[in-house]
Amino acid sequence: MAAVWDNPDLQFVFWALVKIVVILFTMLTVVSYMIFAERKIAGHMQARIGPNRVGPFGLLQPVADALKLFFKEEFTPEGANKVIFHIAPMLAVIPALVTFSVVPFGPQDALRVTDINVGLLLFLAMSSLGVYAITLGGWSSNNKYALLGGLRSSAQMISYELAMGLSTIGVLLLAGSLSLVDIVRAQQHWWFVIFQPVAFGIFMLTALAETNRAPFDLPEAEAELVAGFHTEYSSMKFGLFFLGEFANVITISCIAVTLFLGGWNGPWLPEQLKFLWFFAKLGALLFFFIWVRWTFPRLRYDQLMNLGWKVLLPLALANIVLTSLFVWWRAQG
Amino acid sequence: MIPALFFAFAALLVGCSLMVVLHRNPVTSALFLVLAFCSLAGIYLLLHAEFVAMVQVIVYAGAIMVLFLFVVMYLNLKRDVEHGVHLALRRGAGWILGALLLAEGVWLFGHRWAAGPVSPGEVLSAPGGNTQAIGQVLYTRYLFPFEITSILLLVAMVGAVVIAKGRGPHARRAAPAGTTPEPQEPA
Repeated sequence: MAAVWDNPDLQFVFWALVKIVVILFTMLTVVSYMIFAERKIAGHMQARIGPNRVGPFGLLQPVADALKLFFKEEFTPEGANKVIFHIAPMLAVIPALVTFSVVPFGPQDALRVTDINVGLLLFLAMSSLGVYAITLGGWSSNNKYALLGGLRSSAQMISYELAMGLSTIGVLLLAGSLSLVDIVRAQQHWWFVIFQPVAFGIFMLTALAETNRAPFDLPEAEAELVAGFHTEYSSMKFGLFFLGEFANVITISCIAVTLFLGGWNGPWLPEQLKFLWFFAKLGALLFFFIWVRWTFPRLRYDQLMNLGWKVLLPLALANIVLTSLFVWWRAQG
Repeated sequence: MIPALFFAFAALLVGCSLMVVLHRNPVTSALFLVLAFCSLAGIYLLLHAEFVAMVQVIVYAGAIMVLFLFVVMYLNLKRDVEHGVHLALRRGAGWILGALLLAEGVWLFGHRWAAGPVSPGEVLSAPGGNTQAIGQVLYTRYLFPFEITSILLLVAMVGAVVIAKGRGPHARRAAPAGTTPEPQEPA
């Protein structure tokens, strides 16, 4: 037995699994309370109170919502491609969860699942896989609105992925590493948002588009497409799409904190409590996502495409050129 | 541990590749191809080629296959026989090409080849891991082929735009989907 325990591979797998389970359950809790927060904040922004009936201050509302989703009738439309119809909601959640394996929550090894030397690329790879869920969900439902929503979302996500990838290159040039831990360490004195304000702006805009949040929620524009790609989904399958959207918001906010806002770096707190800074910044960004959703109207489709291809992409490219010149100049002097 | 993972990824890769060819539904075939690309990325990871593995997922699974899936989904591919080469002829060509490929495979397995990649220790000793190593080689030794490739891609892009826009006096009317056509001035 002792010999088995001494095997470093097995130890790594064991601890990784423990961390994954912890992160998974934390994530589910955070997602359900983020939905609650969204409803509350939306309520206050619209001069009403929001959910306040279940439990004190409505705090048990997420539990009630989850139970409701589980007990609703599950419906598969006639003529749907059954297998793909079932797989699509799972694909909505998996990529977002995989990215969590490289997010460094704090300076200690215990506060991250792993640190790989291509962490940033893993994030980009997973966000590029996210498009399958919506496209396949929309296509397999055998419904015109769902199909149109799926079609829109793939065009949108492919367009905005490019600008998002390019906006992270400025950070890479400054940090000189693809490992997220190294990127955070490089921001000990100055956060990269100070040197890369344009890249940060582009990243947050594309993040809104990648997660299909308002004002970029065209794939599910209820005014024209009923509910977009998830029109035919009900019960917990719809719940998974919902979960996937919020998990994606949290993932992308984590990456934004890591790349631009200095990760766990911050004044005052001792080394053991630095991770609190990470969660404070994460909370601020999550609030930003909700705030934007209830403040701005939805873009028109051609405006969306023009913004992506004619504004964000050239800006991101110009930012790379300028940053490269800066790095070169600093290396010279 | 690494041999076990290798065999798992390899089995997945072979199984998915077979399903790509054998499955009747083209969309399912395309999805199996995505899975095949992902398992190939796993094998790259085992060879300590992290950068190539991630790029494999980003470019092939995340970008190219999405466009591929688009085409497969929105074109009606059910009528197999109506256009183009006759089915029997296609089947014959398939058998001949398959036999050639099999012969090639048998011949390749009959020979001994140099051991594949360098040992893991050698790879890891490069400063900054192999992402940096690839970058350094790409922008010094292989700079010319790299630039030529980018020009080739640019030409393809310009060509695609020209074809999509159309030519002649009616070209302006064929606006890309989603854009509102400009109001016509009364002449």
